[in-house]
Amino acid sequence: MFTINPFAEISATVSPDIMQWYIIVMALFVAGGTLFDMIHKKSAKYFFRDWGRKRAKAKTPLGGGGMASLAIKTAVVDVLASGEFCKVPRRIAHLLTFYGFIGYLVATVMMVFQYATPDMATPAWLPQLWYLGAAMVMFGGYWFWFFIRVDVAKEENSPFRLIRADLFVVSLLLSVTFGFLWGLTQASGSADWSTFFLALYVLANTVLFVGVPWSKFSHMFYKPAAAFEKKVEEADGSTKMPPPSDGSNLGAH
Amino acid sequence: MPTFVYMTRCDGCGECVDICPSDIMHIDPTYRRAYNIEPNFCWECYSCVKACPQHAIDVRGYADFAPLGHSVRVRREEEKNTISWKVTFRDGREKNFVSPIRTTPWGSIEDPKDFPGPTPEQFATQELWQEPDALHIDALPTLAGKVKV
Repeated sequence: MFTINPFAEISATVSPDIMQWYIIVMALFVAGGTLFDMIHKKSAKYFFRDWGRKRAKAKTPLGGGGMASLAIKTAVVDVLASGEFCKVPRRIAHLLTFYGFIGYLVATVMMVFQYATPDMATPAWLPQLWYLGAAMVMFGGYWFWFFIRVDVAKEENSPFRLIRADLFVVSLLLSVTFGFLWGLTQASGSADWSTFFLALYVLANTVLFVGVPWSKFSHMFYKPAAAFEKKVEEADGSTKMPPPSDGSNLGAH
Repeated sequence: MPTFVYMTRCDGCGECVDICPSDIMHIDPTYRRAYNIEPNFCWECYSCVKACPQHAIDVRGYADFAPLGHSVRVRREEEKNTISWKVTFRDGREKNFVSPIRTTPWGSIEDPKDFPGPTPEQFATQELWQEPDALHIDALPTLAGKVKV
């Protein structure tokens, strides 16, 4: 069941070209939506203006090596290990959804572009990666949604109360959940349910990728930049944060 | 000096929402980051500023304290028992203050439930809980002969 490529199975009714063009169009929507978001909110403009001001006030300006070292540290700690999160459950949930989504996305693209029809034998690990990625996203995502999400955990709102900030996580969760169910129902031979979940899968995916300007999707591009800037300002002394205390320097300075 | 949140630094953990005694730190419905919904009602206790693990909450100083363009930032270091404030004025001058968070060791305060409950005699007095022992005196001063305790 978990070794069947669901995209190849429907290639008789939905042309592989349509599936491939759909992915290309969605990728363009993500790129375009992020650019639109950046221009509309002027986030890049303010980021680089702030960057210039802080570098001008640097007490110990960094060279190229220092910058590269901090960029690597940001990539490893903040991006790959979700170091931004101070709470362990949130960090684990984020890591699950992050790596789950990457695996799910890579498997989707490879299955649609390389193994689009049943006569191209799909390696078993690709559908397995697709299901595993979807399961990781669902586990981390629903854990976050029902228990960790600040609206529920701290504000004590109902987990079913929807706000605009939920657009990304809800569409992502629905996308992988419907994809997962579509794959399972298709493999079990339930044609009606399979068609039903396929329709919902396409709808959720479209909302996820087309809704980028209104959702938090593009945070995956902004957050590393903000984390890098924070590290640089701490390293070059342009930060306005007080320096760490040595425990003996009490008083006014 | 009411507080405000740097949204790019906030990770939406909700520590400030929990700790705010005025219940004005809430989660923004668009970005799921904390924000001060009503600065006019801020008690200026800075509990949120000190509790924020991301150092994402800042203080907007009054104009008579520091003209616009300044910043007031805080770093709380429990392990060192210190809290540091840095005021940067718009002309670049800086003021740094470092204070102890408390004067007794962490964990040295006993939990109220570890103490025995008050006796009926203690209920009948005007002394508060743990008085006069907690004040390190033998007895509270009274107007001898005029006030009957």
